[in-house]
Amino acid sequence: MYGVDCTDCHCGPCDNYRIMPGILRYGSYVPYCRLQRTRLEGGGRGERAIANFDEDATSLAVEAGREAMRGSAPAPATLMFASTSHAYAEKLNAAGVHAALDLPPETRLVDLSSSSGAGVAALALASAIGTGRPSLVCCADMVVGAPMGAREAMGGDAACAFLVGDGEGAAARILGSGSHAEELLDVWRGPEQQFARQWEERFAQQRLVPALASAFERCLAESGIAPSDLKCVAVDSGHRKVGGLFARAAGLRPDQLADDLSGSVGRAGAAHAGLLLAGLLDSAEPGDNLAVLSASDGASALIVQVTEHIGDHRPIHSVADWIQSKRADIAYETYLKWREILPFEPPRRPDPPRPAAPPMRRSERWKYAFVGSRCRTCGAVNLPPQVVCVQCGAVDSMDEVPYADATARIATYTVDHLAYSLQPPVVAAVIDYDQGGRFACELADVDPKKVEIGQELEMTFRRLYTSDGVRNYFWKARPRR
Amino acid sequence: MPSNGIRDRVAIVGMGCTRFGEHWDRGANELLVEAALEACRSAKIEREDVDAYWMGTLTSGRSGLLLSEPLKTGYRPITRVENFCATGSEAIRNAAYAVACGAYDLVMAIGVEKLKDSGYSGLASAGGTPTDGTQSSMTAPATFSLLAPAYAKKYGLDPDTLRRVLTRIAYKNHANGARNPKAQYQREVPEATIENAPKVAGMLGVFDCSGVSDGASAAILCRSEDAHKYTDNPLLIKALSFIAGPADGAKRQDYDYTTFPEVVASAADAYAQAGVRNARDEISLAEVHDCFTPTELVLMEDLGFSTRGTAWRDTLDGRFEIGGAQPVNPDGGLKSFGHPIGASGLRMMYEMWLQFRGEAGPRQVEAPKLGLTHNLGGAPGRCVSFVSVVGAN
Repeated sequence: MYGVDCTDCHCGPCDNYRIMPGILRYGSYVPYCRLQRTRLEGGGRGERAIANFDEDATSLAVEAGREAMRGSAPAPATLMFASTSHAYAEKLNAAGVHAALDLPPETRLVDLSSSSGAGVAALALASAIGTGRPSLVCCADMVVGAPMGAREAMGGDAACAFLVGDGEGAAARILGSGSHAEELLDVWRGPEQQFARQWEERFAQQRLVPALASAFERCLAESGIAPSDLKCVAVDSGHRKVGGLFARAAGLRPDQLADDLSGSVGRAGAAHAGLLLAGLLDSAEPGDNLAVLSASDGASALIVQVTEHIGDHRPIHSVADWIQSKRADIAYETYLKWREILPFEPPRRPDPPRPAAPPMRRSERWKYAFVGSRCRTCGAVNLPPQVVCVQCGAVDSMDEVPYADATARIATYTVDHLAYSLQPPVVAAVIDYDQGGRFACELADVDPKKVEIGQELEMTFRRLYTSDGVRNYFWKARPRR
Repeated sequence: MPSNGIRDRVAIVGMGCTRFGEHWDRGANELLVEAALEACRSAKIEREDVDAYWMGTLTSGRSGLLLSEPLKTGYRPITRVENFCATGSEAIRNAAYAVACGAYDLVMAIGVEKLKDSGYSGLASAGGTPTDGTQSSMTAPATFSLLAPAYAKKYGLDPDTLRRVLTRIAYKNHANGARNPKAQYQREVPEATIENAPKVAGMLGVFDCSGVSDGASAAILCRSEDAHKYTDNPLLIKALSFIAGPADGAKRQDYDYTTFPEVVASAADAYAQAGVRNARDEISLAEVHDCFTPTELVLMEDLGFSTRGTAWRDTLDGRFEIGGAQPVNPDGGLKSFGHPIGASGLRMMYEMWLQFRGEAGPRQVEAPKLGLTHNLGGAPGRCVSFVSVVGAN
């Protein structure tokens, strides 16, 4: 266990001795599609990330969670899922993420919602839970504003995930956190309302800057460092000017203030602060102190210190990788259709039936975690898992084999103009895995004109469709990002 | 595969077939009654003479009551049959076995489908078995469209040539259908129209796909020794083969989407039963499952009419046209008839019935020796296949 000596008596382990938590692993995810702000009434420069038609908060969280949990990450004791756009208003959203990440059944699950401050709150909570078995914090949001409004233009869709536990060997130690609570009418949305509303900007600005300063001060005190010790400070706020005003008030140098990704991603609700932190971790060096602050319904702050282990624990994709991998030409009407804001003519096909609870339960590890089976007799990979081997016919001779991270190539494909989809045509492919096995599935994030046999693919967790309010999640393949 | 076959032991002695098409004014009930009564008239029998029935439908109803109620068959055994798109052929096969083994003397195989009531384009059956939601959402044209690029790649066909081949298949079948008063579409379709049709899936346009229609068809069967009680020109069953494959095409990397192994297996079995050694020379004409144009192309090789990699050339050479060496789908096929699932296999047999009795009019093939019907259900890599061989002597 990593500890720090009590700062008062330097006596080593004593009553004041505390074990410092840390960020063991982390991951981020920015969906593939972008909306150009020049095409929006809400205006502004740059672009915002938009989840594809087959993504939702759960699927975004899974993608970020997979990045954080790749390889030999220890299983978390707790999974927290923070979002303001949870797929289900009632039904544990963390359970879907948990199933897709194939985490053990003893995991404690909790959803945190209703404020975009929930992301940093979840991180602080994970840090406070302690350093025994770690906590996985997944934050994902799809910010959908009313058409033609500023929230639509300035919001973003993204996700991040942090595995928080014992600071020894961690990528970053969590030095401290701080909060400032305040009952403030800034952004609100009732359960019956589709879009959030926002009070006059100047009011919130003038309340949030001091709130940030107050949380920051507490956080600095707990961390035992001065503002000048910070390499970078990321400020997440729903108000454009708040970050700059706060930096000035807190006496930060302009070069300490991190890019808030408003021009490339947009503000991604409860995921945004964590996304900024992930971006800082992507390029940080050992010893760097990083602060992340979130101003929403009050303010909260977190300071971490990057360790020498950071290089071993970075995810495959950096935030910059995700931002750079994109399709930028999505039409505004297409986006409105994806969010079901704009009614459209349904396909002349029957609505798909809702998936049934018992078969979903029976095939949970296949459906959610994409776990297939491998024949102990002949080694053939069977997708989906089979009782009798597809290759050699051996009976009950299977081992489970996780395939979510398997890579594949297109064996053959077709562009299906007739299939039911929110975004026809469907590109369907037969894909051969480099590690053996074959599967036929839809392709995601794909331009039908740019598909070719042999193209390299990776698996991605998606919402195939929603029927009777039931989200039908399953896996698709996408061109490697 | 061990099958003993019932070569020449069973005969078809009467058949009926409705016109296939959009029967807005008639339901499955009326279509069944029309086909059944036409078959009875054809065999010069009364309904009461039929001992038992095998009735095929995929979606238009359930149980033998679908037939007994409208036809007023009284108290008779009626077996409802379903085996995907080969449902109609399965009704024939099971009915034939029933008379062959002596359980009954005179039976009817009948099939029906009422597709046009759904309101959807293409085949669509909502609901059904509750699932975990992970099943493939690919439509039928999408799955069969996988054949075209795979075939072109394997045999080095350029896309233009492949397009010409598929167009030729559609053109041929529509030209045949134009000579058939029972077809859904009775007009020739210009090649340019076929080529420039809107795309449905992959390179398949609207005219590469069979139509969607309603229809019913029926056959009366008895043991061959009794056949002449009913007709001077019975159609003898030489072979009946049916295969349900392992459905592993999308599970194994060695399947290449240029063949239906199920068809190869069912053809080999049927040829063994019928004593056919060389299908290219011995089969005079065939009705095959041209659900999509590349299907017919691949079937020509799977059935042994063309050697591997040459069916495209045989197609362009006119081998499979009426007047060619081996006419295929002389009645117009699924292309001209549409595909009312339960009825299609029987509709294929109806053309054999007409052809071997010399009643096919402008489509008549000269002096046929052996005929073949082929019926497919499912998709490449995941299907069932039926093959029959029939003849007059």
